[in-house]
Amino acid sequence: MSLATLLVLADGRLPAGGHAHSGGLEAQVSAGRVRDLDDVAAFLRGKLATSGLVAAAFAAAACRRPGRWAELDGGLDARTPSPALRKASRAQGRALLRAGRAMWALPPIGREPHQPTALGVLAHAAGLGPEEAAVAAAHGTTTGAASAAVRLLALDPYAVHALLARLAPACDRIAGEAARHADDAVNDLPAAGAPLLDIGAEHHATWEVRLFAS
Amino acid sequence: MRAVARIVAEADGRGGTRLAVLRGESPLLPRRTGGSSGAGVTVHLVGGAAGPLRGDDLRVEVTVGAGAHLTVRSVAAQLALPGRAGLPPSRLVVHAEVAGELRWLPEPLIAAAGCDHHARTHVEVAEGGTLLWREDLVCGRHAEPTGTVSLSTTIRYAGATLYRHELAVAPDTGSPAVLGRYRALGTLVAAPALPATVLPATFRTTSSAAIMPLAGQGFLATAVGEDIREVRAALDPMCGAAEGAPGGAPQARDGFLAVGDGSHRVHAPAKPFAEREIAT
Repeated sequence: MSLATLLVLADGRLPAGGHAHSGGLEAQVSAGRVRDLDDVAAFLRGKLATSGLVAAAFAAAACRRPGRWAELDGGLDARTPSPALRKASRAQGRALLRAGRAMWALPPIGREPHQPTALGVLAHAAGLGPEEAAVAAAHGTTTGAASAAVRLLALDPYAVHALLARLAPACDRIAGEAARHADDAVNDLPAAGAPLLDIGAEHHATWEVRLFAS
Repeated sequence: MRAVARIVAEADGRGGTRLAVLRGESPLLPRRTGGSSGAGVTVHLVGGAAGPLRGDDLRVEVTVGAGAHLTVRSVAAQLALPGRAGLPPSRLVVHAEVAGELRWLPEPLIAAAGCDHHARTHVEVAEGGTLLWREDLVCGRHAEPTGTVSLSTTIRYAGATLYRHELAVAPDTGSPAVLGRYRALGTLVAAPALPATVLPATFRTTSSAAIMPLAGQGFLATAVGEDIREVRAALDPMCGAAEGAPGGAPQARDGFLAVGDGSHRVHAPAKPFAEREIAT
């Protein structure tokens, strides 16, 4: 396992389209549920414990068994009731594959898999293990929404990064839990749902004007 | 307290439905309600004791055969209570096999402060079967913090997992990504399609309610609210007002169902635990 390779995979500057998405934050800001740094912290903790855990577990499982990507993708479909979130996840998966193909030799995988499936397969191709795939997924769950928070709420970027630093141990813990599930049957993988992320994504998709794609 | 309730509905061969098995034990008592008009039968779950309480281990098994139509409701909210410290969390397992039509429309689960309740639901719908599956949750009684609840739901249609959802609620964990400050949540899963009486066009997606076409054959409607009334306003119209029971609130049909006003606030089981133990 190469630590530097993990940093390349988890780098926010990876051209995989992540900057276009707010991770559901824009909808909650607009609904008045996220107004300040404390709300962003609560948002990120909830997101990490729900969709972050699911993404990390599926990334770990896809890293362990990249040949089963289609089955894992179906498992993510069943855990993603919102069509807007499925579309956002697949768009980001496709963008990640494009970047991944330029970096490593990828095994066969569909054209537009869910983002965690793609991330796990990339991690496998890069010689990383399930735990590294999981930590990259958990970390990505928080950083995208955090940088969106700076723009949406005009927050102090230093304060937001201090928040990310405080969340790092939680990311590690979630990734560790996710990686312990890497060999589970798809139905037994974590399925923690976040009702407000689902509803918010659907509402957001109906807006005519928005800053972020999701 | 351990209890199993079992409901088996079958086509009676004359276009109607008969209950081949209707069995339970306190606190899970299924009772047939309503007349025999129409093709379907309705069963209400009647609570035979307070709870669920810590240490309770409850199981409901439902089978709906091809051509049968079953509606399951409950006469009152399910109020998860703390029970005696040191006992394991209360557990409720619901397992349903559906080849006909099942409409599962119980009253909400209320997580009273201090409760620790785990509910697991597994529904297998065969190809050609029809499902309407409602689950409502209220986090705490009036003006009290929520207890701890962990819900896990798996709904499969024609051999593939259609909907897989877990929700964990605990005191001091409110996140604007999950439930925020809302105290009530309702979900309705319909497979393979929404009931013909529901026109998605008439449902307006807002920042607190949405109807979502699932990746497989089915729909999820989710609504959150400050209290259960907002959830009911969003979801009840999809649960078939055909029976004339707005809010899905049970109706006193055969004269033996004592029912409240359909309000979500449940006053009943402040029964002391000692009294309950004598009762069992």
